[in-house]
Amino acid sequence: MKMVLKKTPKKRKWETFPGRNKFYCDGRIMMAKQTGVFYLTLVLILVTCGLFFTFDCWFLAEQLTPIIPVIGAVLFLFVIGTLLRTSFSDPGVLPRATPDEAADLERQIDVANGSTGYRPPPRTKEVVINGQTVKLKYCFTCKIFRPPRASHCSLCDNCVERFDHHCPWVGNCVGKRNYRFFYMFILSLSFLTVFIFAFVITHIILNSQRIGFLSALKDSPVVVCFFSVWSIVGLSGFHTYLISSNQTTNEDIKGSWSSKRSKDNYNPYSYGNIFTNCCAALCGPLPPSEQVAAIWASICMHACGHRLSGSFPPTLPIPHRPEGAFSLFLQFSCSVL
Amino acid sequence: MCRGHVLICWPFFFLQTHSLQDLRHQAAVAAKVFIQRDYTNGTLCQFQTKFPSELETKIDKQQFEETMRTLNNLYAEAEKLGSQSYVEGCLACLTAYTIFLCIETHYEKVLKKIAKYIQEQNDKVYAPRGLLLTDPLERGLRVIEITIFEDRSLTQ
Repeated sequence: MKMVLKKTPKKRKWETFPGRNKFYCDGRIMMAKQTGVFYLTLVLILVTCGLFFTFDCWFLAEQLTPIIPVIGAVLFLFVIGTLLRTSFSDPGVLPRATPDEAADLERQIDVANGSTGYRPPPRTKEVVINGQTVKLKYCFTCKIFRPPRASHCSLCDNCVERFDHHCPWVGNCVGKRNYRFFYMFILSLSFLTVFIFAFVITHIILNSQRIGFLSALKDSPVVVCFFSVWSIVGLSGFHTYLISSNQTTNEDIKGSWSSKRSKDNYNPYSYGNIFTNCCAALCGPLPPSEQVAAIWASICMHACGHRLSGSFPPTLPIPHRPEGAFSLFLQFSCSVL
Repeated sequence: MCRGHVLICWPFFFLQTHSLQDLRHQAAVAAKVFIQRDYTNGTLCQFQTKFPSELETKIDKQQFEETMRTLNNLYAEAEKLGSQSYVEGCLACLTAYTIFLCIETHYEKVLKKIAKYIQEQNDKVYAPRGLLLTDPLERGLRVIEITIFEDRSLTQ
């Protein structure tokens, strides 16, 4: 039997994405609309490290130990890796409601409110989470009731799960899926800037013993990372506090779980102890992205009167990775633990 | 590779799910029911197990609750904070998260299991009753969409 296959154009999910994000590399990279400051961040890091490796490392490797440039290089690669990971990954964008779902929610709200006056009542839903009453707000853009801790980013025009903040320096929102990369980025950047700062000072001091302080200062490049050290170290400290108390920047700024509001206003998401909170934030399971490039929004193939659907029911093609020795090692070590 | 192509190669499965596909394309959608998330235990992925009134004439309450309970247990297993997730997290951090390119995380493995379970439930329980469960992953883990097809297509 001859089968005539006719393909209709395939559309990937990111091509029909309603928010303001930009996608690159066939949907594998997801960033905010304005990325200028991200390129500035990259340039600042590259220039500072470049200057350090060019002017200071040779001297320090000779005078002290060659391990210094090695540690510097490792830190630098870690910083760049985590920065790119934070900037390019999906922060945990919630897909907008389908028209059917939005209509269903509207119906439920009308039933709950009874009358339909001129002014629609504020759309909130109250849930009790671990004994604490939390208000879920309705998002008029995404047409969903936002899950707890989610917030709508006005710059990216998306609701993001566990929304922390929109960071222009990384050119993306920081949310559920990329918070740990962001934290690792600022932590490693703090170590890198302190490392560079300390060794540049060391270089100046060692040099000044030979040729005098002012000459040494003239020869050495201006300590570019002096001011950034304090702001980055401060930011790392702030986020360490947030992680240990299982709060987001958004919640901290609003004072959602501040004891100043009332004695009973405790954080319902906290696990109770600092260690578990840290482990959950940094080593907890990482949910997959809903905007994965490989999801096909619709594939239709017609063949001689047989209608075949490419994805029925629609399934997420989770990338297959080789079930190699490493994965087996992981499972073995976990069973031992 | 098109799923339909696979179905042609496996006539047994093709016969089983051909009726399902006919249902989807030839039957009209009567209604859609949305099972919302249950946030009483925090932000963990759990769905409400309350039996919706629209399904009263379509399916057993026990059957529906059994499906929901199994799904909730599977999601709890995916998000479990145990030794495996910690080891994965630590190793990922040490390798600057490049390890995610090589291995499948525990979460992804369980999501595959969930997708298989939903497919199986659709084939065995829901399709014969003119219903279709949509994997909540398609909706960002916000709702489980249950499509109710019109009865007359089943009698064709």
